[in-house]
Amino acid sequence: MKRRDFLYNSGLGVGSLLLPATGLFAKTVPLDQPWTTVDTADKKRMADIALNAAKSKGATYTDVRIGRYLNQFVVTREDKVQNIVNTESYGMGIRVIANGAWGFAATDNMTNDSIAKAAALAVSIAKENSRLLKEPVQLAPQKGYGEVSWKTPIKKNAFDVPIKEKVDLLLNVNGEAMKAGANYITSLTFLVNEQKYFASSEGSYIDQDIHRVWPAFFITTIDSATGKFETRNSLSAPSGMGWEYMDARPEDKIHSATTLYNKSYDMLEDAKAAGRQTGEKLKAKSVEPGKYDLVLDPSHLWLTIHESVGHPTELDRVLGYEANFAGTSFLTLDKWQSKKFNFGNKLINIKADRLQPGSLGAMGYDDEGVKCGEWDLIKDGILVNYQVIRDQAHILGLKQSQGCCYADSWSDVQFQRMPNVSLQPGKEKKSVDDIIKGVEKGIYIVGDGSFSIDQQRYNFQFGGQLFYEIKNGKIAGMLRDVAYQSNTQEFWNSCAAIADARDYRLGGAFGDGKGQPPQSNSVSHGAATARFNGINVINTARKI
Amino acid sequence: MPILTKDEAQALMKKVLSYSKSEECEVNLNGSDNGNIRYALNSVSTSGGISQNQLVVQSAYGKKSGVATINEFDDASLEKVVKRSEELAKLAPDNPEYVSILGPQTYESDSKTFEAATAAIDAKFRADQVQKSLQIARDNKLTAAGFLENSAGFAAMMNSKGLFAYNTSTNVNFNVTLRTAESTGSGYAIRGYTDVNKLDVAAATQIAAKKATGSAGAKAIEPGKYTVILEPAAGMVLLEQLIFNLDARQAEEGRSFLSKADGKTKQGEKIVDERVTIYSDPHNADLPTSVWTGDGRPQEKINWINKGVVENLYYSRYWAQKKNVKAIPGPDSFIMNGGTSTLEDLIKSTEKGVLVTKLWYIRSVDPQTLLQTGLTRDGTFYIENGQIKFPIKNFRFNESPVIMLNNVDAFGIPERIVSTESNTHALIPPMKLRDFTFTSLSDAI
Repeated sequence: MKRRDFLYNSGLGVGSLLLPATGLFAKTVPLDQPWTTVDTADKKRMADIALNAAKSKGATYTDVRIGRYLNQFVVTREDKVQNIVNTESYGMGIRVIANGAWGFAATDNMTNDSIAKAAALAVSIAKENSRLLKEPVQLAPQKGYGEVSWKTPIKKNAFDVPIKEKVDLLLNVNGEAMKAGANYITSLTFLVNEQKYFASSEGSYIDQDIHRVWPAFFITTIDSATGKFETRNSLSAPSGMGWEYMDARPEDKIHSATTLYNKSYDMLEDAKAAGRQTGEKLKAKSVEPGKYDLVLDPSHLWLTIHESVGHPTELDRVLGYEANFAGTSFLTLDKWQSKKFNFGNKLINIKADRLQPGSLGAMGYDDEGVKCGEWDLIKDGILVNYQVIRDQAHILGLKQSQGCCYADSWSDVQFQRMPNVSLQPGKEKKSVDDIIKGVEKGIYIVGDGSFSIDQQRYNFQFGGQLFYEIKNGKIAGMLRDVAYQSNTQEFWNSCAAIADARDYRLGGAFGDGKGQPPQSNSVSHGAATARFNGINVINTARKI
Repeated sequence: MPILTKDEAQALMKKVLSYSKSEECEVNLNGSDNGNIRYALNSVSTSGGISQNQLVVQSAYGKKSGVATINEFDDASLEKVVKRSEELAKLAPDNPEYVSILGPQTYESDSKTFEAATAAIDAKFRADQVQKSLQIARDNKLTAAGFLENSAGFAAMMNSKGLFAYNTSTNVNFNVTLRTAESTGSGYAIRGYTDVNKLDVAAATQIAAKKATGSAGAKAIEPGKYTVILEPAAGMVLLEQLIFNLDARQAEEGRSFLSKADGKTKQGEKIVDERVTIYSDPHNADLPTSVWTGDGRPQEKINWINKGVVENLYYSRYWAQKKNVKAIPGPDSFIMNGGTSTLEDLIKSTEKGVLVTKLWYIRSVDPQTLLQTGLTRDGTFYIENGQIKFPIKNFRFNESPVIMLNNVDAFGIPERIVSTESNTHALIPPMKLRDFTFTSLSDAI
């Protein structure tokens, strides 16, 4: 199935622009197939074949990734099941250094002979490319860990939940949304299991079992008299969890202008609200363009963090490795070296990590065998660090990688990818109500919508799902046609308040795109509700 | 494996069907060899090669269907995959939108989608091309980052009602960004062809070099409405949004830019300037595409927008059956008619305007109007009295392709281009358009 067909058939063409372009729809597998893993001893045997073959051809470093990537989609619209698909992708990627250059080859034919041939191809590509090299690859030291393993701490494996249970849930969700006024709804559950085995010529054999889940819906309501329509997407967050994310625990609900969700999600309740809210959006006041104080919920702010903080602190972009596609970065090394570049004001503390429980970026080791950790990117408003992998660490004078290397499948080469990047909650005790109370003329934005940012990450524009006008400290009703435009540094310096840790929540996406050929990355961003003063809001209504 | 001949593919798929016991069975088979090389900071970075095959079996009983796949091709594996798809079909709920598989189809003669020279590309060829590109960067004291990828593959399908289709294809894409040493200027070029003999990596790199040097020291001008000339790389990413949204069901359900009140659509109405004609044609010599789709439907020449009028929309087979109309599939690529002017002619005829060479990070803002936002990138220039006067800083725009195509001044000569957003290939002209809406400035270079 072509990606576009899938997106259209599922209604995602309108609802989500974050799905990756590659790697997801590779191959379907039958539903009745047991979710077994490949035996670790067998993986070690195959990895050793590749490691030895590459070394014998002249590789000075080799790593091998044997991956079994499973996805499951259950897609429904209105009262029917549209699609139930299990996909599996199984194979091996071999990365080598020979004559100082990187080489990579991948195969889905796991015979001894095919593995050895792929290793030889990777070495020959490296040697062919070495004549184009300015400087040999310099890898930060990394000890071998021996045979170790890591598993997402899930409580309920989502792949083990019967299809019927998922179908029943989604059809109920659709029914509730339509009862509440929606004309159309597409809903889905999207599950990911990455079974990854990493082996390197430095003596690591790392077995990991990573789980992610994303329930979502996309609603459209039409005013048939005028032909106008409005949409509302679910307020769920794709999570590094099992089916326990669907538990809808009361303690995980935040009651604001609409109900918001933390560590578990009530899909039925959100669908009811969304069905009603699309009707309200149709009747809402069109926004008056101008300067507003924005109060941004974490279900919205995660995406602003992703685009304006996550991407410009990627060291490969800073250095120029993404100049031809994803772009470079305004956070040049001189700004970091100065130790006084005001990325934001003193309220702004942003950390990178691959540790937060329930986050999409959580894993034990990255895809070049580095143990994952946590570090500051922005400290009291100052740029203090970047996201780094082994062949970049020496550029910052670091003695080891920060564990940011990732590939979206066995068939693609690993490279620097974003870990979780999160705004730390405010240090003063402050609730969302406290923040809204202080705003005279503002807009409270919930949910992520349209998003766009320039290639160096200065100028951005964001929409949202729900926009509430704030007048003199009170919510005054719904607005529509809202988008805001700002400049990254101005925006983060305009932050006037951040709610405390009680309001800290994760948002995120499965489909963060970068690289050529393009690869997708799953990443979460934590935040508490925050206020930004004097932001330029435009009206997006047009006539055609 | 991975590229089977027509006879080999037919024999394998017949064997697969011989194991089928379901009411309907359909088999898709494909395989490909791909290679790529990436460079940045005037040096090679990553590269790779990958070979893959896939067999997909769909079995159906009534409106219950199941799909299973495999990438092993011994007899036992083939029998197993058919059996699994049948078991799954029996477990699946009825899908009221399931449409019975097609019988034998008549396709137009094969389009020339496969070129042996492209299929023969190897690691040495890729490295040689990159070496040429790097030399131009060094000669001009610029920093290059680029990507060259090639693919060769086949696709085939067969079903229990006697349908059989087979096609081979090749593709080569090249794109490069050159930046000045101090990162004060940036230029880009993108090319994509079926036949590698049409690819001139050095010429494309020279164009990017000229744009990089010429865009250094950009001045800021006020955002607002300007006459623009969109080079094909820039126009493509907006035009494709129009094409991607020509789906009949979305329009008839009331949730597309083509929807009107009370379930009516704008099909048959003039929505853009009468000089706009957009069609698809699998046999176009400059942009050959497959004569059949993945579900077996024939791909034929179709007008989508003819002299400004929405002539055809595309349909799923289910929606076409429900509406009792021909199930026209969506196109693999598209062609837009142009004029006889060169890009230089368009610039010469412009009193005041902005030359946009590339647009970046295009996202839908409002599906109701097809409003898109994004930014200019890698070389934006101010035109006065028919000449490029100076480079200007990048803008953010908010514009709908529908509004833009109602403000046509002139079209140039169409050329083959690749979308920087979706990798879709198309033949489109450079476009000179009035009142294009830039909403803010960006400091990005």
